[in-house]
Amino acid sequence: MELYNLSGYELSKKLESKEISSKELTEAVFDRIDSVEDKVDAYVTLDKENALKKAVEVDEKRASGEKLSRLAGLPIGIKDNISTRNLRTTCSSKMLENYIPSFNATVMDKLNGEDIVITGKLNMDEFAMGSSTETSYFKKTKNPFDETRIPGGSSGGSAAAVSAGEAIMALGSDTGGSIRQPASYCGVVGLKPTYGAVSRFGLVAFASSLDQIGPIGRTVKDTVMLYSAICGFDKMDATSKNMSHPDYLADLKCDVKGLRIGVPKEYFSKGIDENVKSAVLSAVKVLEQNGAVVKEVSLPSTEYALNAYYIISSAEASSNLARYDGVKYGYRAKDYDNLIDMYEKTRSEGFGDEVKRRIMLGTFVLSSGYYDAYYKKARLLQRRISKEFCDVFKEVDLLAAPTVPSTAFKIGENIDNPLKMYATDVCTVTINIAGLPAISVPCGYDEAGLPIGLQLISDKFNEQTLLNTAECYENIMGGFRRPVL
Amino acid sequence: MVKGYEVVIGLETHAELNTESKIYCSCKNQFGLEVNTQVCPICMGMPGALPTLNEKVVDYAIKMGHALNCKINSVCKQDRKNYFYPDLPKAYQISQAEVPLCENGYVDVYVDGEERRIGITRIHIEEDAGKLLHSDKFSGSLVDLNRCGVPLIEIVSEPDMRSSAEAKAYLETLKSILQYLDICDCKMQEGSIRCDVNVSVHKPGEPLGTRSEMKNVNSFSAAVRGIDYEVNRQIELLESGSKVVQETRRWDDDKGISVSMRSKEDAQDYRYFPEPDLLTIVVDEDRISALKEEIPELPNKKLIRYIKEFELSLKEATAISENVAKARFFDECVASGEVSPKSVCNWLLGDIAKYENANNIAITETPVTPNKLVELIKVIESGKISNAAGKTVFEVIIKENKEIEDVIKEKSLAQVSDQLTLEAIANEVLSNNEKSVNDYKNGKTNALGFLVGQCMKASKGKANPSMMKEIILKKIEG
Repeated sequence: MELYNLSGYELSKKLESKEISSKELTEAVFDRIDSVEDKVDAYVTLDKENALKKAVEVDEKRASGEKLSRLAGLPIGIKDNISTRNLRTTCSSKMLENYIPSFNATVMDKLNGEDIVITGKLNMDEFAMGSSTETSYFKKTKNPFDETRIPGGSSGGSAAAVSAGEAIMALGSDTGGSIRQPASYCGVVGLKPTYGAVSRFGLVAFASSLDQIGPIGRTVKDTVMLYSAICGFDKMDATSKNMSHPDYLADLKCDVKGLRIGVPKEYFSKGIDENVKSAVLSAVKVLEQNGAVVKEVSLPSTEYALNAYYIISSAEASSNLARYDGVKYGYRAKDYDNLIDMYEKTRSEGFGDEVKRRIMLGTFVLSSGYYDAYYKKARLLQRRISKEFCDVFKEVDLLAAPTVPSTAFKIGENIDNPLKMYATDVCTVTINIAGLPAISVPCGYDEAGLPIGLQLISDKFNEQTLLNTAECYENIMGGFRRPVL
Repeated sequence: MVKGYEVVIGLETHAELNTESKIYCSCKNQFGLEVNTQVCPICMGMPGALPTLNEKVVDYAIKMGHALNCKINSVCKQDRKNYFYPDLPKAYQISQAEVPLCENGYVDVYVDGEERRIGITRIHIEEDAGKLLHSDKFSGSLVDLNRCGVPLIEIVSEPDMRSSAEAKAYLETLKSILQYLDICDCKMQEGSIRCDVNVSVHKPGEPLGTRSEMKNVNSFSAAVRGIDYEVNRQIELLESGSKVVQETRRWDDDKGISVSMRSKEDAQDYRYFPEPDLLTIVVDEDRISALKEEIPELPNKKLIRYIKEFELSLKEATAISENVAKARFFDECVASGEVSPKSVCNWLLGDIAKYENANNIAITETPVTPNKLVELIKVIESGKISNAAGKTVFEVIIKENKEIEDVIKEKSLAQVSDQLTLEAIANEVLSNNEKSVNDYKNGKTNALGFLVGQCMKASKGKANPSMMKEIILKKIEG
């Protein structure tokens, strides 16, 4: 098998035993990029030169007998909203087309400490607002399973690159499903950690109270390896949780005996594709056959979550994105008459339609006279949703649900219908609203061969149970299926 | 009352806190450094940078809350105030909206010898913005972000002031309290205290008038001028049959006028909402009470004590108590129990103040310690040296770190009080001035002064003047 197709876990062993070098592996990945990137369009910026330099450096370190981390020498792609020092970080926006950060996100400092090889920066929906990666200013990323379809979003570049072998793993970010949904569409594994498990310092903010950085891999083990490297308290992020994390990979146990799995009925109601429903339910069946105890549960406020999500996330976005005003960095309109005119033109020209739509929505719900009716109510709803999850986790250890209501749609199919586009987030946003961890693992394919994802959800900071169950399911089912490109 | 109108004034005062570092990052909090050198991705609002709260800011604000008799809210949050301006890099200011750290307090101030209680609505913490700079060499504006993230407290008063004099007394009391707590540099020229003024007027017995808010008031004297101007403007409007409109005005101190900035209709909607990047502030009761312990006796309390216990005049008591360094110096001298408060006061407001003003220096920056001043007063009051010699000693010890005894010796300033030595001087002077002696005997009593003066001259000023006078009298009158 080609090197780029092996899992990170296997590659890590081969690197450690010096069966292969990081240089070889990195070259293999860049060769793969050369041959398929035209079709996939996963990257905004490639950094081959530095990647190879780093690979050689890692090989030398290893040759000198230095003990290296599990991730050392693995080519990993980074979503383009995670700040990388001296490497352009665009958020796939015209606004930041030429923005080069002067500092690293905390996760990048951590990963550099683990000696990863950075392949480049991955395409996304502009400022992570979207569900298809179609709102990127630069390009539309394609689904490796069907190039006429979207890869999902907003971390579409990350999921597509991992799926297509253009990176061994990737970092994404998840505000309302932006890791899990593209992972599901591209047939890979994506983890959205508990809010506060991974530092947000250096993640360009979309909705601060919902954003989390997380890993995408082709196997559960890969995802665990990457997650272990990025999680942990950071004094630079006041919302990061001060706790010690276990070695999730070492503690990975493939055992679901006695595990109580809840199937929330609201996640299987109207709007969920039959293929998806049956694939997810048979995955649950498989877990049951292996010893899990399954019961139906109810999360009655689920139907309001999408509304609450779009109000809270847009409100925060309207404030977070106000700093892109043309004064200090980023795009500035060419001609303007005065300060206000400069602000208006810069922001009208620099942002795409979806971003402007959310800024307007967010500005509206925070306006005096509307705040109580929208923002305040959404926050109350958030509390109610969290309480319902809290109650349900007294009865069960995990919840199983679809990640997305259907499989990947056609490019252009929903782009002019925001409401339909937003509806694809219905199964994922609730998790962000409640700050919980969730993982999407491939659990089948529809008749067109498009991947379907199983979403497992656990209580806060109970990632280990989530990962154990996902690992177990993957072992039983045989894991990642490669797309034909 | 001005021209038959009652005046109502409320103030919003911003004070920059003198913490080591800024409120949300570790950049240095210091005025006057080269532009855009005290900045980092956090205070410059770069994409992805996050704030973390400097807990010292909370401590300082709670101290002010205690000093102004406020209720301290042990649980409160921070909010974003959203607006666009080039000096605000994030396009929002982190402040506190609904629940401030401190609220419902008061402060007693003295105006024209009377005590007035001014209500304090709230004190909240927030970050300062940067500064726009203009240069002849450059057609646009330049931005200095050094001030971004400098911690501020905003102190909002109740509309309890009735004249510009009261407003000034209130501001001066706040300033001296800030100095006493050592939480603000209080350098007006550096903008460390700034205020917004709300003014309205109404006829007695009628409901409150429409208020206007005045910004850009950068000194206490400007506050007085601005208020007086605004009161007159509003009265003129009402007298001419017009109405006062609710608006924000800008004070132009150079021209001595206020101009309209924006009307109520154009008021900005700041779209406050809870800052999601920061946690709720939770301060436990132990910390709140420990901070209360640190509050020293405050200037308005000291003032009363100086008047009542030490019988200082209001003017003297104010002059000493309003300046924390002076007051501490005074208290230490008095605490020695060896000299009278009045003598210390005379020195502090006399020669010492004169020296401080002439040399632009504070007494605490000179070699004169409270102990030294006490010693100096003692050697004078005991008659060891004369008042004049005392001044000579002071002039030396204020500049050089010398022992008083040594200065007296070096300059031979010790007063001669030896009976025989003084009699010898008297004998010589009397024999050389027979005419004056006769004049005195013939009733010209002022000849005595001349004779004593001659004796002092003969002793090179060192003779004890009262003893000298006694000896001469005895000798002439026999």
